[in-house]
Amino acid sequence: MSFVSPNSTRISKRFAELRASGELGIVAYITAGDPTIDATLKFVLALAEAGADVIELGVPFSDPLADGPTIQRASERALKAGTTLAGVLELVRRIRQSGSPFSEVPLVLFSYYNPILQMGLEKFASAAASAGADGALATDLTPEESEEYRRILATHRLDTIFLGAPTSTDERLAKIAACSSGFLYLISRTGVTGAKDALPDDLPALLRRARGVTHLPVAVGFGISLPGHVSVLGGLADAAVVGSALVSEIEKAKSVDGAAAALAARVRSLKEAARHGLSRREVAP
Amino acid sequence: MSAILQSPTTAAGRFGPYGGRYVPETLMVPLFELERAYHAAKSDASFQSRFSDMLKNFAGRPTPLQFAGRLTEKLGGPRIYLKREDLLHTGAHKINNAIGQGLLAVKMGKPRIIAETGAGQHGVASATVAAHLGLECVVYMGTEDMARQALNVARMRMLGTQVVGVESGSRTLKDAINEAMRDWVTNVRSTHYLLGSVLGAHPYPTMVRDFQAVIGREAREQILAAEKRLPTHLFACVGGGSNSIGLFHQFLSDASVKMIGIEAGGRGGGLGEHAARLAAHQGFIGARPGVLQGTYTYVLQNEDGQIATTHSISAGLDYPAIGPEHAWLADQRRAEYSAVSDQAALDAARLLSRTEGIIPALESAHAIAGLIERLPQLKSDDLVILNLSGRGDKDMDTYSRLL
Repeated sequence: MSFVSPNSTRISKRFAELRASGELGIVAYITAGDPTIDATLKFVLALAEAGADVIELGVPFSDPLADGPTIQRASERALKAGTTLAGVLELVRRIRQSGSPFSEVPLVLFSYYNPILQMGLEKFASAAASAGADGALATDLTPEESEEYRRILATHRLDTIFLGAPTSTDERLAKIAACSSGFLYLISRTGVTGAKDALPDDLPALLRRARGVTHLPVAVGFGISLPGHVSVLGGLADAAVVGSALVSEIEKAKSVDGAAAALAARVRSLKEAARHGLSRREVAP
Repeated sequence: MSAILQSPTTAAGRFGPYGGRYVPETLMVPLFELERAYHAAKSDASFQSRFSDMLKNFAGRPTPLQFAGRLTEKLGGPRIYLKREDLLHTGAHKINNAIGQGLLAVKMGKPRIIAETGAGQHGVASATVAAHLGLECVVYMGTEDMARQALNVARMRMLGTQVVGVESGSRTLKDAINEAMRDWVTNVRSTHYLLGSVLGAHPYPTMVRDFQAVIGREAREQILAAEKRLPTHLFACVGGGSNSIGLFHQFLSDASVKMIGIEAGGRGGGLGEHAARLAAHQGFIGARPGVLQGTYTYVLQNEDGQIATTHSISAGLDYPAIGPEHAWLADQRRAEYSAVSDQAALDAARLLSRTEGIIPALESAHAIAGLIERLPQLKSDDLVILNLSGRGDKDMDTYSRLL
């Protein structure tokens, strides 16, 4: 009955700690290489210091069809800066070797499938593992097409995270969870990534369905940006994934240090909501 | 071998190693629903009779198989027949598939359809079918394509369709598909995505092929009636590959029939200069198997797996990937693929206009140019069917600048 996967990496350890403390985790997504790889290194450490429990490093792709405009623009900026999957793996190594007290933050590579496929599954898995990544998620890869991918990543003790969606049947959710390790990533709504004002009404029902088919930790993403969202998820999910809201901070900032400070402030306020529930002044505008 | 060639798809929508379903999870259950609905429609007599009726009385099928006497004489090689898909309502073969999927949307109870379009022919066909069946329709089109195919934009709007310009990437077909998929993933419960070519996730490559296979079924009967023998060669242009697979499919088990798909060679062999996915033998670089927009097939891309920009004078042929069944036919050497340049296509368009009195679409002009370039390998007792997939009205701006 253990929910710690046999691949057990930093990810499952962190979720076990969160469950023990009854605290909702914060999974922070940023696009690697936006605006540069050096900047992303700073951002990751700042996010971890501010309390992000897991960090998803987005691998930029030319055709991000599951992403809304915010992450599309981030991908364009990162590609323009010359970011490649190999460069993102090198970034993972630099994070691990940074000497920062936060260098051990759990790291997930969040990619479209083609860059991984072009590198080669074996080469990708071995490079990602040796760089110090903990897991991977490919947006456009479902359990049906991923047998070899799962086998190879498991060999390298990388967690394979798959997406569950509101349109997934219970049977599919069970299948997706069975193919996942580390955590199950549940998409809150039909749609692309991007910050939204309110969470969908049917989200609690979706979470209950997911809980009914797996003991894996469940992280909820797509449309989550505000402390209020995080408060609502407390007790329902294991973690909230925040992406576009963070990427917007990077886009708006005048400098890399300014962006790092803004990211840290965002995560701190989300973490605060996760730890203590929502206080009056934090209610979203 | 022929049995395999008749029905190469597996349950997972594979053509050999190609095809499959590479989409965000949100679309998986809708794709299963679509597959089930399509499967049921295949053996549903009322669906099939409605489909046949609309092909005949709304679209204008069967289309003629015309002997191109003056072109045959001018080129001095094999006898050439043209399959006149350009005479269909809306001006191209795209209407065949739009009718099939439009009826399927009605059957599935989806009140809204969305579509992508490059040259605008699929957008116009979708808009037309939506109007005819009383469905709401939104078409995504790159702004680069909207500029070069302005007539088709106006036609869609006249038909009551909302045309949404797409500014991302190269502002062409690939980017329109990304945007259509973003719409679909958001509105999937009410919306059918009427994909226009043999691309995307299963069941699209199979379903679109089946809706287009009427081209080859008619052509096979017509050539046997006219010439008492099978053709030796089939020619068709290949963007995603729906008109070519539509012609080829009925001839797959006729081993004597050679099939030649013509891609857009653009202005050169360098990455970004062309849209030739299966013509590496001619020096067109950059295509390798990969995953784009739902399917595993040959894709023009850089070393890091980022999708390449492409160039073609033809908005209907500049997609960076090719339908997965074509990738498989190429691997099997059952069909051959080669590319011709922008200039060769323009010259061919002028030639056909002046020898046959038919102004072809720029896409179809590539097929004619491909036939001309292959003449040295053809004998005078060879017999050619060339799919004239669309008419040239939409390309008059481009043509008139060159006259």
